[in-house]
Amino acid sequence: MLPTPSTSHVCFDRVYEPAEDSYLLLDTLSSASETSFLHGQFSTSPAAAEGSPLVLEVGVGSGVVLAFVAANAGTLFGRDDILTIGTDLNRFACEAAAQTVQKAVATAPTRFLDVVNGDLASSVRPHSIDVLIFNPPYVPAELPDYSHHEAYNEPLSAGKSTTFEQDSYLLELSYAGGPDGMVVTRRMLEQLPTILSSTRGVAYLLLCAQNKPEVVKQEIRAWGQGWMAETVGSSGKKAGWEKLQIIRIWRANTSILDSISSHNP
Amino acid sequence: MKLLTLNFLTCAIKTCKSSPSSFPLHPRDAELEIVEADLNLKFLENILPRLMWDELRVVVDELGLPTLPPTIPTRADLVAPSSPTSSSSSSDPAPSQTARDLHRILIETCVREGKLVCGNCGHEYAVKEGVANFLLPAHLV
Ligand SMILES: C[S@@+](CC[C@H](N)C(=O)[O-])C[C@H]1O[C@@H](n2cnc3c(N)ncnc32)[C@H](O)[C@@H]1O
Ligand SMILES: [Zn+2]
Repeated sequence: MLPTPSTSHVCFDRVYEPAEDSYLLLDTLSSASETSFLHGQFSTSPAAAEGSPLVLEVGVGSGVVLAFVAANAGTLFGRDDILTIGTDLNRFACEAAAQTVQKAVATAPTRFLDVVNGDLASSVRPHSIDVLIFNPPYVPAELPDYSHHEAYNEPLSAGKSTTFEQDSYLLELSYAGGPDGMVVTRRMLEQLPTILSSTRGVAYLLLCAQNKPEVVKQEIRAWGQGWMAETVGSSGKKAGWEKLQIIRIWRANTSILDSISSHNP
Repeated sequence: MKLLTLNFLTCAIKTCKSSPSSFPLHPRDAELEIVEADLNLKFLENILPRLMWDELRVVVDELGLPTLPPTIPTRADLVAPSSPTSSSSSSDPAPSQTARDLHRILIETCVREGKLVCGNCGHEYAVKEGVANFLLPAHLV
């Protein structure tokens, strides 16, 4: 078991506290089957020569997942020259996550870039992301009233504290996903093909049973052009139902092309 | 935020993405700070293939920092020529001045306060205490 990064400095009144979903991501990314897939994608394939892989975590929250990836890059990817970047709608999460990752890589050669306060991956240059990770707000619950966002997202000025309403709003951002819990996730899926690297891009997305994961995977496969989606981790099995699961989304034809070219002299 | 981060960011407005002038974002009224970090030569070498060099040069000029060479350095340019006095074999290669300059610019130079402006639509994204805000009213509906 690889160690879980420390988040002891984070105030969980307004930033999502690492929970079963976060830990499922850590376990899945460090599982034997995923590290073997990631090694193939980033250290043994010809695409490894494209330079340092860039990992983006959307909705970093406390930063526990991104910090884990950054601190254990050598084990996960077979190389430690990984770049990491995060985004979150919640500015307090951005600040907390930056600290979490910074602490975790203090002794690792991995580079932490920054955490950006933004919507999903909208500020990221097209096709620049090699690994995208998203533990979205997935609970079927009414979406937060985003009209408060600007007022509630302000950095705290000296001596000021947040209000109860503000904290509730910021926490709502972390779980409330609208009908089927899929509103935010669907917007992310729409952006995905233009964000991921076309040669070696891969995404890990957490879904819960109410998100209808089988339907989601079918929809992704229907994008065509070799897009694949498979469940690669799950937890909370109850009567054959996984409460939570991680799906991996990637383009199979790129690895086929890679293996063809690597067989050529 | 680090200047290397700017290499991966663009205007968040959808219709700007297809316009070449939406990248790079242009720093304005930027307050810079240097955050020292260890130089890792292997890392710098592997970052080279990821850099949009011409755009990086533009940003560096706009910030009034020393101009970068017109062409991107090669891996070999990052290694100091081994001096006859230093023992040739065992020790790790030393970084060249080029590597030090690049490290200083990409990794250690950070925008603390200021704005990032899209060259296509003119939208200004604020940077406060090192955190850039890319939220648009359209995201929050
Ligand atoms: C379930 S939490 C996950 C936090 C952390 N990644 C973890 O696994 O512990 C979801 C996170 O996504 C953020 N979020 C919600 N909507 C977002 C959006 N549209 N763009 C970016 N981040 C968003 C929330 O603020 C919250 O931090
Ligand atoms: Zn623009």
